[in-house]
Amino acid sequence: MADERAFSLKIITPDRVFYEGDAIMVELRTTEGEIGVLKNHIPLTSVIAPGLLRIKESDTEVKTAALISGFVEILQDSVTILAEVIEWPDEIDINRAEEARIRAERRLAERADKTNLKRAELALARSVARIEAAKK
Amino acid sequence: MASMRDIKRRKTSIQSTQQITKAMKLVSTVKLQRAKGRAERSKAYFNCMYETITGMISRTGHIDHPYLVSGSSDKKAVIVITSNRGLAGGYNSNIVKLVTGSELKKEDVLIYAIGKKGRDVLKRRGYNIKADYSEVINEPLYKDAMEITDELLEAFSNKEIGEIWLAYTGFKNTVSHIPTLLKLLPVDSSVGKAEEGTDGQHAEDTAASKTLMNYEPEETEALELIIPKYVASLIYGALIEAVASENGARMQAMDSATSNAEEMIGTLELQYNRARQGHITQELTEIIGGAEALSS
Repeated sequence: MADERAFSLKIITPDRVFYEGDAIMVELRTTEGEIGVLKNHIPLTSVIAPGLLRIKESDTEVKTAALISGFVEILQDSVTILAEVIEWPDEIDINRAEEARIRAERRLAERADKTNLKRAELALARSVARIEAAKK
Repeated sequence: MASMRDIKRRKTSIQSTQQITKAMKLVSTVKLQRAKGRAERSKAYFNCMYETITGMISRTGHIDHPYLVSGSSDKKAVIVITSNRGLAGGYNSNIVKLVTGSELKKEDVLIYAIGKKGRDVLKRRGYNIKADYSEVINEPLYKDAMEITDELLEAFSNKEIGEIWLAYTGFKNTVSHIPTLLKLLPVDSSVGKAEEGTDGQHAEDTAASKTLMNYEPEETEALELIIPKYVASLIYGALIEAVASENGARMQAMDSATSNAEEMIGTLELQYNRARQGHITQELTEIIGGAEALSS
């Protein structure tokens, strides 16, 4: 059963252990761009940007979740994600996410001052990540 | 000696108080169990967070980041976590004493209050209450901690405050709660090193594994992004521990109140019986005296 490509993956949130198990690949989005992590990756600590998290448990089994914020610590044979906000697809309220997307887009269209613009961009990224995850 | 009726009235009143304290004890026991479970579940996150942060800071060494050096302002923000309700023994006053007894000067302190009891007492003592998040303590969410952190960090980077402290009651176990005053920002870069030095073998291991660590974005920038998360997680952890401590303290206070009431009822019972016996004896003497007077 044990796949030699597998490494241990742990996702922890402040409230619970979100996921714990073996995976052969993890894909996530960091502030520097999207990365896919396989076993024997170089040690890396990176900050997470809102996006889709894909956990490949085996060649057929893939789990997805909306990973909104936190950071990730990658070691050779283990990956730990400290997630502030993360949701499984069935925990996402798709209507609310859609609303949030529309609101953020409107605010972007209005071209408010700089800080608001940044906030709206973040809100948009968050809602898009949620929608993507929920539709999977 | 008090009359029988007075004693009886006193006894009933104590009995009803005892009922209340008993009920409160049961309620806080249940709440304590829940809060304890929550605190245990979130431990993993904080331990991991703490290790990562101390690791990063001890590795990056002397970098001139605003989060790591004392700000230019003399003002110190103190987050004071107490409860919204009383009847918890020394729980609230211990925290207040911790703040007033510390070396922080009253004029320099800005209180960010979480919990009405602490807020009211500190206000009366003449402290400057900057903000009040008392609603949060009823049901602490991670989101609340994030909001408080945002506000504090904004004030910190605007140089309105130079240091951020946190006063809360740490939850060690059901009977021991430790009032704690903790400096959140600037992060003391020597802390991580000192602690690693204490356990030799382990320190070497971690140091070896850390030399290989890469950061993306680079360390200073990553630090800037991760430190707010670190502060938020500390505040959240403090909130959760404080809730557990509050219920633990209340449980203890109510337990001793109940047993005190028991004791008082016992004494009153004795007094009541004595008074009754005295009354009977007196009546008897009167009757005998009367009969003797008649027969003679």
